Amino acid sequence: MSPDQRGFSTLLKKEIMRFWAVLAQTVTAPVITALLYLLVFAQALQGRSVNGYDGLSYTEFLVPGLVMMTVIQNAFANTSSSLIQSKVMGNIVFTLMAPLGPLDWFGAYVIAALVRSVLVALAMLAVTWFFVPLPVREPGALLAVFTLSAATLAALGLIAGILAQKFDHIAAFTNFFITPLSFLSGVFYSVHSLPPFWFTASHFNPFFYMIDGFRYGFFGQADVPIFQSLLWIAGAFVAVSAVALWMLVTGYKMRR
Amino acid sequence: MNTPSPDALVIDEVRKSYGSLQALKGVSFSIRRGEFFGLLGPNGAGKSTLISIIAGLTRASSGRVAVLGHDTVADFRTARRQLGVVPQELVFDPFFNVVDMLRIQAGYYGCGEEVWPWIDEMLERLDLKAKRGASMRALSGGMKRRVLIAQALVHKPPVVILDEPTAGVDVELRRTLWSFMRDLHSQGTTVVLTTHYLEEAQEMCSRIAILDKGEVKALEPTAQLLARHPFRFLRLKLANGGLLPESLRGLVASEAEGVVELKLDVKANPIGGVFDALRNAGLAIEDVHTREPDLEDIFIELTRGDASLEPTR
Ligand SMILES: Nc1ncnc2c1ncn2[C@@H]1O[C@H](COP(=O)(O)OP(=O)(O)O)[C@@H](O)[C@H]1O
Ligand SMILES: [Mg+2]
Repeated sequence: MSPDQRGFSTLLKKEIMRFWAVLAQTVTAPVITALLYLLVFAQALQGRSVNGYDGLSYTEFLVPGLVMMTVIQNAFANTSSSLIQSKVMGNIVFTLMAPLGPLDWFGAYVIAALVRSVLVALAMLAVTWFFVPLPVREPGALLAVFTLSAATLAALGLIAGILAQKFDHIAAFTNFFITPLSFLSGVFYSVHSLPPFWFTASHFNPFFYMIDGFRYGFFGQADVPIFQSLLWIAGAFVAVSAVALWMLVTGYKMRR
Repeated sequence: MNTPSPDALVIDEVRKSYGSLQALKGVSFSIRRGEFFGLLGPNGAGKSTLISIIAGLTRASSGRVAVLGHDTVADFRTARRQLGVVPQELVFDPFFNVVDMLRIQAGYYGCGEEVWPWIDEMLERLDLKAKRGASMRALSGGMKRRVLIAQALVHKPPVVILDEPTAGVDVELRRTLWSFMRDLHSQGTTVVLTTHYLEEAQEMCSRIAILDKGEVKALEPTAQLLARHPFRFLRLKLANGGLLPESLRGLVASEAEGVVELKLDVKANPIGGVFDALRNAGLAIEDVHTREPDLEDIFIELTRGDASLEPTR
């Protein structure tokens, strides 16, 4: 391993160790929350069919959306909370002084968030399996949607972590932006059942495509064609990553 | 860079503004390889800002810095590998224990298991052996300071900058740090020390820069800086509460509890003349003490702005 590679892999390892040390908080808690949603909604809406999804029970429809919603929230939380913690504690200087480049930062933070996302998704699918076993009709699409979505939110978390000056800023961004948007993205319903205005509005929300595309991976059917979802998600990833990388290259707000 | 022996640090016209505040107003100087260099100045002079720019923690508004010939922006990886910086703030990562923290820090610099013996050696030298597996969170301030120093040195950098390492530490740790810094220096490391303790700088540093309000006020070998001050101090206690004769009143630098300190120009007020004046006035001396000027005296003169920057002839 070259010294540069070792620098990168050390930062990645440190980022993974950080959430690994508090797995109960970073993986178990979101799994339990999602299970509660599943129990409550599946109970309340038992026996309903979903508009436009032939032969799919509501619980089957619900699980992929819940998993993707949780992945969205956790990928964002991993990078943003790690950065703001280091900034508030001041130990960010250890990595800022080290011979690590913008791509090392971006890669290590995003990959660590991906690892956490995979853990969260697998844990949720394993636990819900007992209630609702799901098919995987389009594994390629499933993997592409999952990776691009989690990476997009991880990069967005980097941006939030760079901009924020204290924990409150991250909490506000999470509570007023990430949580509502991920919630209102067709996790609990098909957008076909929405009034026309909200139906149209949904199509401008990238989170909607993440959830819809993820669902396609399991069932081979969704509200919009998979290529459209992939295009939206890839576009979001490129745009958000470009901003994050620009911030890292210029030292925006970090090397002031 | 094929220059045979570039300077350890070259600081070239570095400016830094925070809004309307000019923290550094065009600072230029070089530090040679193997020097033990002192960077002094009052609070807010810009010392930490300059160190942050050297370390890459802060971008300069303009100007350049090179570490052993490597530009800290264009060639930041090589520059940073040559540099170890102990920050002024007592920062730490509460997630890790001491030895893991040091190994992680080494990893950032591309160092693996080959530096583990060196890490153990530092733990030993800095009296951290018993805290090897302790969580960073559980360490006292002094212990955290020691870890910060070890952290700056994990990759065995040839240039080391310590930003007020002895501020607020107890006497024992200060001694440990002094001997540790001396050893580093004797093994060829270039050491740059920032300190508030002028005796410390006087004792350790062979050359000194004095920074004040973002400007270099003096830059010369310590001995030369000391020689610049053409004064001696004479502390007197007169017997029976005697009063100084009028002719000596103008020389009083300070006076407390019957002890007066006279500031004597080496040429204009020879000590013999003072004794003659006292004898002529019929005064007896109970106690007498002379003092050479130290850096503090020079520092006060320079940063007051009323001292000549020309060396004395
Ligand atoms: N991040 C910052 N934002 C605004 N002003 C700053 C910042 N960092 C330092 N300063 C100001 O720059 C000046 C120099 O500070 P500093 O380099 O810490 O001085 P020193 O280390 O010599 O005590 C001070 O007036 C300080 O208030
Ligand atoms: Mg300072």
